[in-house]
Amino acid sequence: MPHVLKAPLTVEFPFTRSLGPVQSAFLTGLRERVVLGVRATDGRVLVPPAEYDPVTAEEIRDLVEVAATGTVTTWAWNHDPRRGQPLDTPFAWVLVRLDGADTALLHALDVPGPDAVRTGLRVRVRWAAERTGAVTDIACFEPYDGAPDRPGESQGAFADPVRGIVAPARLDYTYSPGRAQTAYLDALTARRIVGERCPSCRKVYVPPRGACPTCGVATAEQVEVGPRGTVTTFCIVNIKAKNLDIEVPYVYAHIALDGADLALHARIGGIPYDQVRMGLRVEPVWTEGARYPEHYRPTGEPDADYDTYKELL
Amino acid sequence: MTREIAVVAFAQTDHRRTSDELSEVELLMPVLHQVLDRTGLKSADIGFTCSGSSDYLAGRAFSFTLALDGVGAWPPLSESHVEMDGAWALYEAWTKLLTGEADTALVYAYGKSSPGSLRDVLTRQLDPYYVAPLWPDSVTLAALQAQALIDAGHTDEPALAAVAARSRADAETNSHAQLRGSVPHGDYLVRPLRTGDCPPIGDGAAAVVLAAGDRARQLCARPAWIRGIDHRIEAHSLGVRDLTDSPSTRLAAQRTGAFERPVELAELHAPFTSQEVVLRRALRLGDDVRVNPSGGALAANPMMAAGLIRVGEAAAAVHRGDCDRALAHATSGPCLQQNLVAVLEGDPR
Repeated sequence: MPHVLKAPLTVEFPFTRSLGPVQSAFLTGLRERVVLGVRATDGRVLVPPAEYDPVTAEEIRDLVEVAATGTVTTWAWNHDPRRGQPLDTPFAWVLVRLDGADTALLHALDVPGPDAVRTGLRVRVRWAAERTGAVTDIACFEPYDGAPDRPGESQGAFADPVRGIVAPARLDYTYSPGRAQTAYLDALTARRIVGERCPSCRKVYVPPRGACPTCGVATAEQVEVGPRGTVTTFCIVNIKAKNLDIEVPYVYAHIALDGADLALHARIGGIPYDQVRMGLRVEPVWTEGARYPEHYRPTGEPDADYDTYKELL
Repeated sequence: MTREIAVVAFAQTDHRRTSDELSEVELLMPVLHQVLDRTGLKSADIGFTCSGSSDYLAGRAFSFTLALDGVGAWPPLSESHVEMDGAWALYEAWTKLLTGEADTALVYAYGKSSPGSLRDVLTRQLDPYYVAPLWPDSVTLAALQAQALIDAGHTDEPALAAVAARSRADAETNSHAQLRGSVPHGDYLVRPLRTGDCPPIGDGAAAVVLAAGDRARQLCARPAWIRGIDHRIEAHSLGVRDLTDSPSTRLAAQRTGAFERPVELAELHAPFTSQEVVLRRALRLGDDVRVNPSGGALAANPMMAAGLIRVGEAAAAVHRGDCDRALAHATSGPCLQQNLVAVLEGDPR
């Protein structure tokens, strides 16, 4: 296998979601240790409640309280819990039909082993100690051999209803940019910039991605480009980006490196922002330890003739 | 329906656990070239291009736009994308050809599962309010369905093991497959599913070319005519559904005309052994129907491409003359939530 770079890549985002009236009532109810279902047009009670009828698609809002006890309708034994799952000890995943409901809720069942769970097992909700209005307010289910709970008569009206949830999501990847971009990044460590030439149209692409976007064929021939180049077009940035230590206004430009047939983009420095122009000849400025040019500055050469870069705009 | 539309070519990668050395476009491009070579078409000749993939596999937004480099998007082309299995991209392409706005279509799909933890990645397609916060992984959800089938008496663990063994034995003749031959059935991953009941996790890509009417006959000696294609979805809440049945598959099959005459071969997108049990019943497949002679998703399950591969394998069987009438099925979502069925036929011989 050719040498390829790899690096950890974590994608993490707190998704903020607003709730509709039915979801709001259900999740607020969990905070108050009340489980609510919604009555569908065919009379079935759906738990967890939907906002639209699964058969007719009509909006439904007739909330009814169901019991915190119920029956396992199917299960699966999870001997190796994963991050984010309800319990960190081995547990059973269960679909539970709560007493008074006609559909089942997915959650975890805390039992010592697979022999302690079966379809038809009677269970009840174990509430989380701290509840915020989320499905995790049900910590899990636990086996229960008493009589069904008698649900109260809540219709979903609560003080201080929960209007939204924040659902953190985190996924961990090992990113590999593939062969072509690995070659590009490797060259950058030696302060060289390489592109790849298309075998068909002969254009040099930088940064290379392994394919000619025009011809749709693989590229492999490496070509060193630059280090000098020509500003083909630019814009003046007047808004300071968060956590970016660059004084505004500054210029961001497309730069056609010598020998390249595609312009890449970078900041222009070393010249007042209002003196940057199309055709300006520039060269990269590297800072100690940097993995790519910090910015580009004027070389002092005469401006490039328009005809030399007009195809690269 | 006034236009006849056929699958005229199919290509797929060898499916592998990892493909670190390849970017997505590098993985995809050879398959695009192969499928075009089989028809003699160039990408500039294609009337419509449609792809299926998912950013969540790559962990990067708009990753599909980079894959377009492999198509050659100059001069500008008519293109679309589904954040789903490529079988749904094929459906979109089929409707485009039906309109008469294009005579040929290139459909491709790819997925690299190797960069992330697939079981966790797939939790992000679940209901974000009631289900996703619990992080039930893809094997868990399939295991709940498997237990429901066992409780209902539709199958048992030895029968599931037999599905796995048959699939991987059939894959012996499929050089693209990731798992072939005798594979240990293994320990429970999430009981009642053992490792052998689950698909391999892998990277891969596939592409097909569709063509209409006489164009199809020019491009392929024996086009695989799409006699019907339909897709249906069920309630997203697992607890609302009867997990032992797949009414959406049955309805889609009915709408394609699948029940009008028997099929000889069925390529079913059943990543888990238990799902083949559900699909066989929903599609009323008799024991005389060859199911997944390619090995199916239990032999190679590149995400977003495995459904398109079912259509491609069924079409290729028609192209070769191995069968005259084949059924292809693709699925997406947990526990067979969404199902697509196509019926493919060769001209009478």
